[in-house]
Amino acid sequence: MSYQFNTGCSLNNLKGIRDFVRKALDQEGINEITKGEIVLALDEMCSNLMIHAHHCNPDDSLGIRITRGDRQHIIFEIIDKGNVFDINQFQTPDLDNLIHQKRKGGLGIRLVKSIMDEVEYLNRDGNTVCRLTKKI
Amino acid sequence: MVHIKRLQEEGADIIHVIGEIDASSSIELDLTIAKSVGEGHRKILIDCHALEYISSAGLGVFMSYIDEFKEKKIQMVLFGMQERVANTFSILGLADLLNIRQTKGEAKQLADELSV
Repeated sequence: MSYQFNTGCSLNNLKGIRDFVRKALDQEGINEITKGEIVLALDEMCSNLMIHAHHCNPDDSLGIRITRGDRQHIIFEIIDKGNVFDINQFQTPDLDNLIHQKRKGGLGIRLVKSIMDEVEYLNRDGNTVCRLTKKI
Repeated sequence: MVHIKRLQEEGADIIHVIGEIDASSSIELDLTIAKSVGEGHRKILIDCHALEYISSAGLGVFMSYIDEFKEKKIQMVLFGMQERVANTFSILGLADLLNIRQTKGEAKQLADELSV
């Protein structure tokens, strides 16, 4: 199993990313709730990357690659040439703080860390690769 | 892509959210709620029947109003959520911080009770 999708870094492309991930997971027979959570995590990671590393420039591109690590793991790679936006370096924000500061951001990191089993970063062929692993 | 419609019913402003709310469309939800508050509504019901998807950008909009609504005694109740949308609220523990009900009737009743 291997699925690949490339798109520009415009937030308008998030729907295309969600559709791609959903279709790939349909092929793998993943249940609806888990599928919804994975789609959400990929949406959060890609929107963070588009906003913080690419300033939503539609001419910049990112790729998504989905592979099966083994029977129990699916690996999602987000590949781009931007600066690393490493969510592991951000403390998971406290909900009360987010409410009192009226912050509309910060929840995405909580979601991704809740949904994915591992988030790691690596360099490959001059690209930045964010690798998310989900145990199923 | 999201469509938002508003309807006033028995003293409540009902906001119908149709489609998907992500980082590209959450601003529309934010502007609609801000407009409702600006018009002086004190009971705001969010109809989520046709809400297919919500990401943290949309959840953040609801959260950002929690303190303001407490201060201004505005009651916001969400209702009619599909299971997968409700699950997103649950993952973050927002189901305990926001008023969420199954039906419009229950949502109205809660908004009325909280307004007393």
